Amino acid sequence: MLQGWFIVTVSFAYIGLLFAVAWFADKRAAQGRSIISNAWVYSLSLAVYATAWTFYGSVGRAATDGVGFLPIYLGPTLTMLVGWFVLRKMVRIARLNRTTSLADFVASRYGKSALIGGLVTVIAVIGILPYISLQLKAVSTSFQILLGYPEVVMPLKVGSVVVMQDTAFYVALFMALFAIAFGTRQLDAAERHEGMVAAVAFESIVKLIAFLAVGVYVAYFMYDGLGDLFARAAGRPDLEVLMAPLGGAAGSYASWVWLTVLSMFAIVFLPRQFQVAVIENTDERHLKRAAWLFPLYMLAINVFVLPIAFGGLLHFPLGNVDADTFVLTLPMTQKAEGLALLVFIGGLSAATGMVIVEAIALSTMICNDLVMPILLRVRAFRLSEQRDLSSLLLDIRRAAIIALLMGGYFYYLLAGEAYALVSIGLISFAAAAQFAPAVIFGLYWRGGTRTGALAGLLAGFSVWTYTLLLPAFAKSDWLGADLIEHGPWGIELLRPTQLFGLAGLDQITHAMIWSMIANVGAYMVGSVLRRQSAAEHVQATLFVDVYQQTGEPGSPWRGATSASALQTLVGRFLGPGRAVELFTAYARLRGVKGVDELEGDRDLVRFAELQLAGTIGAASARTMVATVAQEEPLGLEEVMTIIDEASQVIAYSHRLEEKQGELEAATQELRAANERLKELDRLKDDFISTVTHELRTPLTSIRAFSEILHDNPDLGPAERQRFLGLVIKESERLTRLINQVLDLAKIESGLAEWRTAELDMREIVLEAVNATSAIFKSRGVRIDTRIEPMVPSVMADRDRLMQVLLNLLSNAAKFCTPGTGRVEVRLASDGDVVRVDVEDNGVGISPENQALIFEKFRQVGDTLTEKPSGTGLGLAICLRIVGHFGGRLWVESEPGRGSVFSFDLPIPASDARRLVANA
Amino acid sequence: MRKPSLRAYRIVSLFMLGCLLFNYPILALFNVGATAAGVPVLYVYLFVAWGIMIALAAVVIEGGS
Amino acid sequence: MAKRVLIAEDEPSIVTSLEFLMRQCGFETRSAADGEEALSLLATFRPHLVLLDIMLPRRSGLELCRLIRDDAALAGTRVLMLTAKGGHRDIDRGHQAGADDYVTKPFSTQDLVARAKALLADPVLHLAPGSTPGDSP
Repeated sequence: MLQGWFIVTVSFAYIGLLFAVAWFADKRAAQGRSIISNAWVYSLSLAVYATAWTFYGSVGRAATDGVGFLPIYLGPTLTMLVGWFVLRKMVRIARLNRTTSLADFVASRYGKSALIGGLVTVIAVIGILPYISLQLKAVSTSFQILLGYPEVVMPLKVGSVVVMQDTAFYVALFMALFAIAFGTRQLDAAERHEGMVAAVAFESIVKLIAFLAVGVYVAYFMYDGLGDLFARAAGRPDLEVLMAPLGGAAGSYASWVWLTVLSMFAIVFLPRQFQVAVIENTDERHLKRAAWLFPLYMLAINVFVLPIAFGGLLHFPLGNVDADTFVLTLPMTQKAEGLALLVFIGGLSAATGMVIVEAIALSTMICNDLVMPILLRVRAFRLSEQRDLSSLLLDIRRAAIIALLMGGYFYYLLAGEAYALVSIGLISFAAAAQFAPAVIFGLYWRGGTRTGALAGLLAGFSVWTYTLLLPAFAKSDWLGADLIEHGPWGIELLRPTQLFGLAGLDQITHAMIWSMIANVGAYMVGSVLRRQSAAEHVQATLFVDVYQQTGEPGSPWRGATSASALQTLVGRFLGPGRAVELFTAYARLRGVKGVDELEGDRDLVRFAELQLAGTIGAASARTMVATVAQEEPLGLEEVMTIIDEASQVIAYSHRLEEKQGELEAATQELRAANERLKELDRLKDDFISTVTHELRTPLTSIRAFSEILHDNPDLGPAERQRFLGLVIKESERLTRLINQVLDLAKIESGLAEWRTAELDMREIVLEAVNATSAIFKSRGVRIDTRIEPMVPSVMADRDRLMQVLLNLLSNAAKFCTPGTGRVEVRLASDGDVVRVDVEDNGVGISPENQALIFEKFRQVGDTLTEKPSGTGLGLAICLRIVGHFGGRLWVESEPGRGSVFSFDLPIPASDARRLVANA
Repeated sequence: MRKPSLRAYRIVSLFMLGCLLFNYPILALFNVGATAAGVPVLYVYLFVAWGIMIALAAVVIEGGS
Repeated sequence: MAKRVLIAEDEPSIVTSLEFLMRQCGFETRSAADGEEALSLLATFRPHLVLLDIMLPRRSGLELCRLIRDDAALAGTRVLMLTAKGGHRDIDRGHQAGADDYVTKPFSTQDLVARAKALLADPVLHLAPGSTPGDSP
């Protein structure tokens, strides 16, 4: 039943179905109702990662080293976790820059460098060719095996048949046509392929169902479940090693780790993965679903790998059936025709999905980043003068796809036989990993330069070629094995698989270690060696700070041109009709009637460049726009220098502002401190000057009268007596003054002695009244006391308090009118303080003078008859004494109606309730 | 840049957990000949741990803010 | 005719001593305890000499001195400044205000009397302040 024509018919029917899916998706996309703008479809399209290599090869690898195949799927699981940061950033950048491919992305990051784009393309093409050949091998092998049904016969050795009879050749040819039909039917400025994505997602479902079907069949129909399967395998001594293979059959833990790292990179940097994950992404939020759904898909497609592998090993104990074919051959041995056919279709799905996406991604790169830049630069082609280039672009891509598939086929001829599927795939993985440093550093480090990227890519690719590609060729007898075994020119240290003597590692780990060291090292050295150019600087900032941008990225073009020139230019690449559409839409957007009214300003130039970038890549687009939009004399370099300097100046002036603020604050403080010092100095001067004056005044009288008395012995007794009285009075005044100045100085300098004790205020007040009663009597002023019977004791110096009271009382006596003068002394307590009031009915003190009287040498309110005889220091001293014991001294007064001088003293907390008994 | 969200920290933590789970020396603990329900423990461990990682990723990344 | 001396001083005991000393010389004296009082006496009493305390209440001695110098009618009035501070600053300020001489408190009575006599004996005083030419000695 499973004859060749039948298999081919089913295959084409299946492919027809894929086309139908694609056609439907494209139609829906044209209607604006995209079916791929869906997180599920997006996640499934990422599963293009699972190729024929996964489908057939995982089992093959599991049969030799157990779980050794798993890191290839664990790595992407980890990557997808941080995909929300890394992939999302890439998606955002790609959307804003209309990025068309991985090469375009990298080139764009490094100043839209055509050289970088070209290099990435070359590396990608050479690196991916083995991978494509792997798909060809898988499809043709599975086809040939299926043809042999019901026998299980391994296909003939590669190269043993002529090309025209080789299945693989025809598979390659058909796949090329398939890819052309899918990917190059039209030219789109967005370079999105909705139909292709839909078909790939569909294929992902098919291959998963096929694989799970085989898995269930093997585990539960051929054997009695997983337990039975593993139990039987455990009985085989040669399989026992696969039960705990790490560190043994599956290679070292280092291999495990490096394989994980390798696949972490591969899931992003394989051109087809970049295509589906970044370019074809329609919504950043889909990454959230993909972060777990895609790993889940991989878990599902791998869960039966080991059972199938063990089943195969148990079923073909002789080892004459290639483990890579177990998935297909196990159902065949059970005569499960339908399942075998499903497996073949599943494998075909896996292979075609990979080949289509890879071919489209690579052909876009080849066209946009390799061929077009060359064609556009070589004047001999006079390309820039041609009317319509869109068909040329499509032709280039078609040719590229055919070349890719043929390249894959020839690689298959050369090296296909020597390696298992997995090994071939890993070589491609390692090539794709070379893009990682340039992209990842490029995303997060503004300082990464074009020179660094070039150096890193070249170094990494060179090491890859030397340590992986060369040995692959050598192993296939195409190159001598001498090179591998003895190194070039017999230098053992340079042996490609044990470079610099690094032995004991598997080939992939070895190659990854050296290539990453070379790649990252060169990238770093290159980046720090030379300064970035202006264009690089612009692009680096656009990439690293992509989240800070709101709209489309700014193009550094300053040139001006006409709208029609730009439309013609875009028309040459996208087709004149499409260009008219785009420009008319743009004109509407800008609110003008037609293209004629559009100004060929910076925005329009940027718009045109973006449209072109979507078709021919950023680097070429820039070149093309340059042909119609002339740069103004102010060069990019200068603009960027200006911007750089401006930003530096802004930063600098910002710092200056801060510093200035600090300085101003400090200056203010200094000024205030200086003012305060000056004030203190002035006060000191005033004080000394005042003291001097106050001392000289009584001294003047004393000296004058002394001389008068001395010079006039014949003075009358009355006059002599009067003068002597004055001398005595002034002497007393002088003595008092000197005492008080000293007293004040002692208090203020803290040298005064305070004999603090518990005091009964009642006793002190009464004593003070007694002491001054003579003065009051002589001045004809009445004095009364009103003392509360119970007053708490206070903590103070008895003599000092007495001094305060005497001062207040004598002042009161002095300012009262003799005869009618009346002074009342009150003592009271309110629980917190003990308060003393001395009230007089004298002249009073005007409000403006009430504060002044407590200052030193301030005497206000003349007595009625003569100048006050006070020193002007009494109240100042009283204020300090009361303050020392925590009390206050103040005055309430109304001119003409008398004054009340009051002071209070706090009652010690512990004694607050303890009242001093009435004595 | 914006301040990283709590979700961002969770994602990074999960990533580090994954790096730990699928690496030496944790792996070596299960790299023994024993079986669980007839299946080698290493295989059971890897798939169970993987499944848990995926479940956590779904909760952390798709779950409510 | 006796020379008229105005004593502008706020310390009563100093006033008493100055009055005694000036009268002993045969001068006619009037006393003012503050600047305002001194000002009105300047107009009515028309002293030949003012013994002027630099620190007078209400109007300072310096201010009075300036007023005396600015008043043409008091062109012949001599000013002997009495300062208690004795600093160079006060002396300078006194001179700037137009004082003819100064003594520092506490002063020697003989010195003060000598200076007062000297000022009153000065030939400029042939034109006594506010007096008619006939009044001059």
